Amino acid sequence: MLKPSDEQTDIAIIGGGVVGLVTALTLQDEGYAVHLYEKTPELGPQTCSWYAGGMIAPWCERDGAETEVIERGQQALTWWEQHYAGVKKNGSLVLSAARDRSEVLRFSRRTAEHVDLDAQGIMELEPVLGNRFHEGLFYPKEMHVDPREALPALAHSFVQRGGVLSMGCSVSARNLSEAFIIDCRGLSARHDLSRLRGVRGEMLRIHSQDVHFSRPIRLLHPRQPIYVIPRDYRILMVGATSIESDYDGPVTVRSAYEMLEAVQRLHPALGEADIIEASAGVRPAFPDNLPDIERDGRVIYANGLYRHGFLLSPWCAQKVASYLQELCGKAA
Amino acid sequence: MSQLSLYQETVQSRFLLGTARYPSPASLEKAVKISDCDIVTVSLRREKLGFSHHNERPGQSFWSLIQKIGVRVLPNTAGCFSVQEAVTTAHMARELMGTSWIKLEVIGDEHSLHPDVFGLVEAARILTEDGFSVFPYTTTDLGVAERLLQVGCQVLMPWASPIGSGQGLSDVAALEAMRASFPNVPLIVDAGIGRPSQAAEAMEMGFDAVLLNTAVARAGNPIQMALAFSKAIEAGHLAYQADCMEPYKGGMASSPIIGKACLG
Repeated sequence: MLKPSDEQTDIAIIGGGVVGLVTALTLQDEGYAVHLYEKTPELGPQTCSWYAGGMIAPWCERDGAETEVIERGQQALTWWEQHYAGVKKNGSLVLSAARDRSEVLRFSRRTAEHVDLDAQGIMELEPVLGNRFHEGLFYPKEMHVDPREALPALAHSFVQRGGVLSMGCSVSARNLSEAFIIDCRGLSARHDLSRLRGVRGEMLRIHSQDVHFSRPIRLLHPRQPIYVIPRDYRILMVGATSIESDYDGPVTVRSAYEMLEAVQRLHPALGEADIIEASAGVRPAFPDNLPDIERDGRVIYANGLYRHGFLLSPWCAQKVASYLQELCGKAA
Repeated sequence: MSQLSLYQETVQSRFLLGTARYPSPASLEKAVKISDCDIVTVSLRREKLGFSHHNERPGQSFWSLIQKIGVRVLPNTAGCFSVQEAVTTAHMARELMGTSWIKLEVIGDEHSLHPDVFGLVEAARILTEDGFSVFPYTTTDLGVAERLLQVGCQVLMPWASPIGSGQGLSDVAALEAMRASFPNVPLIVDAGIGRPSQAAEAMEMGFDAVLLNTAVARAGNPIQMALAFSKAIEAGHLAYQADCMEPYKGGMASSPIIGKACLG
C-alpha cells in the first residue's frame, strides 16, 4: 500500500530510458512518490533503450562481459515478470556454423544454466531451422521483451500507480524541489560523470514472411557474432555492433553488410526479408562496462548500463533504492 | 635477463599485448599491469578509438583509457587489405597517436587472414622511406623476410599460425629455420598463440618476444591469463639463455651408480 502523499518522500527521476523507468517503478514499490522527467516529447526514439535487444539473459550475456553480470542480472528475471505482463519466457538459443564449433564449446564452458542440443533438439525448438545446425545451447530460464512495447507499458503502469510523468520537459537537477534526484540520463550525463564514455551500437529490423523464431538466437562467429530476436508482426531485430565511438550517425555499410551476411547464414530464406529499419545508438559505459551509482549532494547518478540496459536496470534500481533507504533512514 | 632493443629503444618486457576484445577497458588495463608488459598494440581501424566526432563533448574514450595505462603504444594496420589502405592508416596512426612505430599488416585472404607478402614488402618500403619504424606481420618465408630487411625493416614478426586461431606453433621447423637464418634481427612471434606453453616454446627456441591478443582477451579470466603468459614468456626466455639439454633416445639415470649399497 502506498502511504498518503504528504508522508511520502518526493523523488525526481531525470531520463525516461529503461533505467529511468525501471527505477521509477522500483521506487514506487518502496513507497516513494516519484516524478519522472523526460526531455523528449515521446518515449523512445531518442533513448538508446529503444534500439536494444531487450534480452533478459544473465547467462548468455556473461560471454564477453565481466562475471558480475550473471549475479546482478538474475534478479531481472523476477523483476520483469512482476512488472511487465508482456515478457516472453521462451529461453534463448545459441548456435554456430559447423566450422565455428569452437565458439559453441567456448560459450558452453563460459556460461551456466544451459542444455546441450543436437540437430533434433534445435529443430524441435525452432522448426524453421530444419536440419541446418547440429550443435547448440539452450538457456531455458532466459527471457526477452520488445523494448518498444515494454517501455511504454512501464510508463503506463507508472502513471497508473500514481507516478507523475512529464514529457518534453528538459530539467536541471538543481532547479528541482524534490528531496532526491535520480539522474538516469545515460550519455547526456557525461558532463557530470568523467568516467563515462560512449559505445556505438547498430541494429537492423527485418520483416520475413517465411522465417520466424520463438526466442532470441545468438549466432556465434569468431569475428561477427549476431543475435536475432523475434518481434510481433513477423519482424526480426538483428543486432548489434559494439564500436568504441560516440558517433551517433546512421548505420555504416560495413556494419550493415556484416549483420546481413550473418543473418543469411542463420537462414538463407532471410535473404528475401525486407529491411525495414537500420538504426544506431550510443550506449553509456564506465571503464569496467558495468553500471554504477554515484552521489553528488541530493543527486544520485545511475548510469553505465552499456549493453545490458534491460538486464541490469533492476539491479541498478535496487541499488538506488537501498542507497535512498540509507539516506532517508527509511524502514523497508 | 638481457634487454631487448627495438629500433634503438630498450624494452623491459618481452610480452607485447593487443588491446581488442576484452570484456572492458578496465580488464584490459589490469591485464597490462599484472603482466608488466611495456608495449600494447592498438588498431586504428574498426574500433574508432572513441575519438569524439563532437569536439565539445567531454568524457572518456577508449583511446584516453589506453593513454592512461601509460605504456608504449604500437599502432597497427589490422584489417587493411591493400598497400594504399595500410600506408594511409599508418600515417593516420602517426598523427593521432604520436609515434612512428607501426605494426604493419597487409591481409591477403579475408578468411584465413594470411598476410599478402607482396603488398607487405611494398608497404614496408614506402613507410620506411616515410620515416616509420616498421614491425611487419609476416609468414615464416625466408625470402620474404630477406626482402623486408632489404627495404629497411629492423624487426620481423613471423606468425605462429593464423591470427586469432590459437593453433600455436603450426610449423616449428619453419620457425627454427627463421631464427637460425636471422640470428641478429629481433624476431617477435605474432599471431596464433593460444596457450602459455606455446609462448614458452617459442621463447625457448630463441625468439625475442611474443605478441598476442585473443588468447588473453577471450580467456575466462583475462587478467589471470595475462599473468600466466607473462610468466611463460619469461620462463621460456630464461630457458633459452640457460641452454636446454638435447633430448636423448633412451633412459639416462640422473643418480650415479657408483657408491650404491651392495646388499647381500
